[in-house]
Amino acid sequence: MSEDNDETQTTEETPVEETESQDQVISPEKAEEAKLKARYPNLGHKPGGSDLLRKRLQKGQKYFDSGDYNMAKAKIKNKQLPTAAPEKTEITGDHIPTPQDLPQRKPSLVASKLAG
Amino acid sequence: MAGPGGGSSDVQWCFSQVKGAMDDDVAEADIISTVEFNHTGELLATGDKGGRVVIFQQEPESKNQPQCKGEYNVYSTFQSHEPEFDYLKSLEIEEKINKIRWLPQKNAAQFLLSTNDKTIKLWKISERDKRPEGYNLKEEDGRYRDPNSVTTLRVPVLRPMDLMVEASPRRVFANAHTYHINSISVNSDHETYLSADDLRINLWHLEITDRSFNIVDIKPANMEELTEVITAAEFHPDQCNTFVYSSSKGTIRLCDMRASALCDQHAKMFEEPEDPNNRSFFSEIISSISDVKFSHSGRYMMTRDYLSVKIWDLNMETRPVETYQVHEYLRSKLCSLYENDCIFDKFECCWNGNDSVVMTGSYNNFFRMFDRDYRQDVTFEASRENSKPRSVLKPRKISTGGKRKKDEISVDSLDFNKKILHTAWHPLDNIIAVATTNNLYIFQDKLN
Repeated sequence: MSEDNDETQTTEETPVEETESQDQVISPEKAEEAKLKARYPNLGHKPGGSDLLRKRLQKGQKYFDSGDYNMAKAKIKNKQLPTAAPEKTEITGDHIPTPQDLPQRKPSLVASKLAG
Repeated sequence: MAGPGGGSSDVQWCFSQVKGAMDDDVAEADIISTVEFNHTGELLATGDKGGRVVIFQQEPESKNQPQCKGEYNVYSTFQSHEPEFDYLKSLEIEEKINKIRWLPQKNAAQFLLSTNDKTIKLWKISERDKRPEGYNLKEEDGRYRDPNSVTTLRVPVLRPMDLMVEASPRRVFANAHTYHINSISVNSDHETYLSADDLRINLWHLEITDRSFNIVDIKPANMEELTEVITAAEFHPDQCNTFVYSSSKGTIRLCDMRASALCDQHAKMFEEPEDPNNRSFFSEIISSISDVKFSHSGRYMMTRDYLSVKIWDLNMETRPVETYQVHEYLRSKLCSLYENDCIFDKFECCWNGNDSVVMTGSYNNFFRMFDRDYRQDVTFEASRENSKPRSVLKPRKISTGGKRKKDEISVDSLDFNKKILHTAWHPLDNIIAVATTNNLYIFQDKLN
């Protein structure tokens, strides 16, 4: 019985070794791609395409709408409004930004430390 | 081996100065976003994320003393841009200075263009070292005199005063860009300049702020079909009709404004053919060009993509004439660099005065120089540890293999938060300005 186990163990090992030597032949870039696909199986197949570029073009969009905000507050009444997820990268329709989400934008009155 | 004007073989780079705060806790406003020497190298401008510009001036006494040539002190500082909110589009407009470009000097004053994502401003920096004294109707402290008390008249005279440097906005070029401005470039005609955003390039006249001409428009009719964006643009140094723009797909298009008003049709397209077998998920992202710079001679141009620097001969569109690997060891780290967004970092590059050496930044506060004549490259680090005045910089080595030699730094211990995106080279001398996150380092050639 133990001999059988040993045999199964060795047959399992050899395919792994073969894949490793294949990795050495595959470019490091492709190996990295495989790693990425393993971590994010839902990643789209057009990496440089529309999604990435549109995200880039939309930098700065805040979507604060006082009408939406007040309507939502009225509906929910006493309950808290759903607050933003920590990574606010997605363009979502359901999320309603609150004034707390928008950072205070004030000009920097302090002089640059390079001039100090 | 002596080389004309400094091959990196005979140049000994030394620390000269470092500007900025020492503490590790960096305020976002202090992040340096652009560095640019003026045309004589006497002035060095920096812009930061807080919308502020600081201009340094080379010490006049030190210009004749070779050892102190790299000494720059604060000349002027001002708030160029302020944060805005576009209520109509629900868009936050950052005050971060994306680019500064100097105008060639025409009179006593200095002029520069500074831009954030949406608005370009022309700033006049002028010196005042005299002031009038002896007004008839005003006291010296500014109070008005009673005209009835004036019995004699005198002519006010100009008396010397402590030097005052004033910066004033002379033109504001606004509302011409829907997308984010990434480049500005002054034309060799000294009258016009271009501004480029992700999808369009506009041509301005320096005197006219209420209109600009659109010269490139790559916006597709249907935004779903968007495949590439403009990443950088620059005018040719001598030919006022020629400019280039680079794309996120790794191509550079050269346009001739004499051909038509709208330069959507390129005169030349520079693209290196890609090996289809090597194509991966990352290929397009790392081929995106983050900077394009013409050589001073106007014969070549240099592009920077994520892993390399390429030199192109304007007469050959099919492939670059030289390719230099900046940090090839990162190719096997692309997965984590994608996850932490570092793969989208936009590194700039620059030429030295006689186009023999090119320089660009990397991570861990490393920066690299490539000598085109001697085919040598070197890696230096901008760090306060090597900041004894006139101490020679020691070349750094990164160990990629398993065995790490003494003094080598392993790839896994590189700090990817310490990135050098902006560097500048004095137009005439071997003096360089290197920006880390919030500090500005100035290095110079020991012998000069």
